[in-house]
Amino acid sequence: MSGELYEVISAVGETIIGNRQMLTDLDAAIGDGDHGINMARGFEAVKAKLQTLETESDIGKVLKTVGMTLISSVGGAAGPLYGTAFLRAAVPSQGKTELDVETIGLMLEAAIAGIKERGKATTGEKTMLDALVPAYEAFQDGAKTGKSVIECLELACEAAQQGVEFTKTIIATKGRASYLGERSRGHQDPGATSSYIMLKALLEHLRRQ
Amino acid sequence: MVGVVIVSHSQKVAEGIREMALQMSAPEQKIIAAGGMADGGIGTDAFQVSEAIISANTGDGVAVMVDLGSAVLSTETAFEFLDEELRAKVQIADAPILEGAISAVVEASLGSALAAVIATAEGARTLNKC
Repeated sequence: MSGELYEVISAVGETIIGNRQMLTDLDAAIGDGDHGINMARGFEAVKAKLQTLETESDIGKVLKTVGMTLISSVGGAAGPLYGTAFLRAAVPSQGKTELDVETIGLMLEAAIAGIKERGKATTGEKTMLDALVPAYEAFQDGAKTGKSVIECLELACEAAQQGVEFTKTIIATKGRASYLGERSRGHQDPGATSSYIMLKALLEHLRRQ
Repeated sequence: MVGVVIVSHSQKVAEGIREMALQMSAPEQKIIAAGGMADGGIGTDAFQVSEAIISANTGDGVAVMVDLGSAVLSTETAFEFLDEELRAKVQIADAPILEGAISAVVEASLGSALAAVIATAEGARTLNKC
């Protein structure tokens, strides 16, 4: 695996691991309080698995491995959801060793379609989709006006952050938080938050390059 | 005979339900517990579930009993890892996990087909206790 690819995935993983407590606290308020623990467990497993992929340069293959690892190690709903997202993103990036704006757009689109399908969910239900869908739309707006990968990701991150804020204003109708109904309002969604911080970690890593 | 898989976030719950269901089953009835994570933690693991489904299948298909939330997502993900022939013969029962598992095992042990096993398991939703 190329050094760059390894570093990008490590940066995203380290951000999740570093935010274990914050994500768990958010989840404890409206769910079963394990989102941070589960996501950190998943990315610890990814970190261990990356060591075995040192010679792999195909981005699709690496993302497929990340997806499979998350599915088998996260434990909560985020496992199959993010796992499926990475597996789907692995399709347009298969055989590629570098990514351009167009391919990243296709990867985001495929990942979101996978999450919608797996979770039988859509936007406005206080889920990760409330961060990811606006992020994707903003990314594509940037792509249409010929912006660079970093510029498109900046727009995507901004939209994802606004999406996280939006989840505070609505009630949950999916997942464990839906048991709380009206009481889930006022809290930001942990899944939307983890989606946003992963995008942000990706952007910050690329900015440092 | 239709196999039964029990998917819980807790290994103890899955194994406990299996033990209870075994009391009601025919000797050759397959009941496989798929609970918890490989490290012993609370959670569900789609790969463990797909392996359990393969082990539970003797050719007549498999009814899967689930607890909450991600048990359903992990089971649906597990279905994608199965070959098409088996995928056409597995189904999640929309039923309480314990009562559903026992009902499913009783029906399966009679030699009923998958649709009947699922229907009986789902009937456990309206089981009156008092």
